[in-house]
Amino acid sequence: MVDSCIKITIVDLSASYGAVCALKSLSLDVREGEILSVIGPSNSGKTTFLRCLNRFNDTNPHFSHRGMVTINGIDIYGNIDVEMLRKKVGMVFALPTVLPMSVWENAAYGLRRHGIRDERMIALSVENSLRAAYLWDEVKDRLEAAALNLSGGQQQRLCLARTLAVEPDIILYDEPCSGLDPISTAKIEEAMIHFKDKYTQILVTNNTKQAARVGNRTAFFLMGQMVELDATNKIFTSPSDQRTEDYISGRFG
Amino acid sequence: MLERHWTWHRVKEFLIEKCIYLSGVTSIVIVALIFIFLAKEGFALFKTVGVGEFLLGIKWYPISHPAQFGILPLIIGSLVVTIGATLIAVPIGVASAVYISEVASGKIKEVLKSGIEVLAAIPSVVLGFIGMMTLVPWVKAVFNLPTGLTAFSGALMLGFMAMPTIVSIAEDALNAVPKRYKEAALALGATRWQAIWRVVFPAASSGIVAAVMLGIGRVIGETMAVMMITGNAARIPTTIFEPVRTLTATIAAEMGETVRGSDHYSALFAIGIVLFIITFMINLIADIAVHHKAK
Repeated sequence: MVDSCIKITIVDLSASYGAVCALKSLSLDVREGEILSVIGPSNSGKTTFLRCLNRFNDTNPHFSHRGMVTINGIDIYGNIDVEMLRKKVGMVFALPTVLPMSVWENAAYGLRRHGIRDERMIALSVENSLRAAYLWDEVKDRLEAAALNLSGGQQQRLCLARTLAVEPDIILYDEPCSGLDPISTAKIEEAMIHFKDKYTQILVTNNTKQAARVGNRTAFFLMGQMVELDATNKIFTSPSDQRTEDYISGRFG
Repeated sequence: MLERHWTWHRVKEFLIEKCIYLSGVTSIVIVALIFIFLAKEGFALFKTVGVGEFLLGIKWYPISHPAQFGILPLIIGSLVVTIGATLIAVPIGVASAVYISEVASGKIKEVLKSGIEVLAAIPSVVLGFIGMMTLVPWVKAVFNLPTGLTAFSGALMLGFMAMPTIVSIAEDALNAVPKRYKEAALALGATRWQAIWRVVFPAASSGIVAAVMLGIGRVIGETMAVMMITGNAARIPTTIFEPVRTLTATIAAEMGETVRGSDHYSALFAIGIVLFIITFMINLIADIAVHHKAK
């Protein structure tokens, strides 16, 4: 593989909240257009890792880090525009976090905040992103309804659409299906697989089967360290570390 | 086996239930009795003075002969002081609530919160006294007035008194907005101010309206400080730099010198009815605002 395919480079990244160390010298590369699944038990540093990529840990005053994260070769902990970074690195949370406004305004929220005023452009972008998140057909007749009245699965797809609308390069998913029914989960996974090549995606999940279904590569985290990173097939059939095998086969975690 | 028995457990349940019921009924009955008493004493006035003459009359000479009971100057006095205090207290109060809840961190937040609570705990007569000694001479000197006892001084003082109410309730409302709303906005690349203004603030708006209304309620009902600071002249003011007299101050100042059952006595109770109606309307508006948003 040549270097131009590398989207995110993480070198010796350690992160802590106050005295609690959440991530210990992590180094890995994420390739452009792949889906990287991250699995591991709770408190293994998965979410901390994800939040380092869009500098979301900055909102926590106790957070500190060492090491380097570069996206497209740019050090994101250097002197950069954090709002622009978060636009380019979208995030879908574990719980659907639709805003208390209409379906339409939710999808248009990011665009408006980035100063887009042309209503035709907004309309086009909203429709495209709702279609891409497989939600358009279900909500096209009630775009003015309160988003909080949608079902949990629809809300989560709306969150995905909202993220897509601001045209990110990278999408981070933080256990996106942990509260969803199987059909909604399938739709989200379908969307993710559909986005392959277009976006670089990182999926943190507690559901190892989901990691196996959608990930090109899978990383296994344990107690703040990355134990193993390999092709998803390899991780789920013949992992090289005993702890990975124990976790996947359900012996702990 | 399954028959009901009067076990100790069941008796206890019965007693607790009845006690709670009785407490609830008592508070309602007391409120009703207060209102009936107020109405009975107040309406007696309207046998001798017409309602229009009372509400719109511009002369309040309760002890001259013949006595005149026009409360328009008092209503205007209350309105001027209340509107002035609201204009001062609401922007500053809401802004401090936003600062405390969304911007300030750790230590500063704690200091500010307890400071606001201390401010709320100062008795109004003390604030009135401080106002009389510091604010009134200041207003007199700065605006070059014959007296510092003006509607403006009253509004300023009451604004400070309403602020703790507004800040603490608005801050609660802002804190009650789930943190994930703000996170969602930030994750889309919104700045912190955009997230606060476009997401957190609208989500808390019904609580903020309630805070403002309670603040206004506090101002309208305030008596002691306003009586000490506003000069108590029952005339319709032409500017805010003139003395005014409020509805509440009139009742407090004159109730000692009335003869029970006289027209003057009834007139003070009638003022009480007017005050009651005004505060009732404010609470009603707050209620409608809160429930309208909740839908």
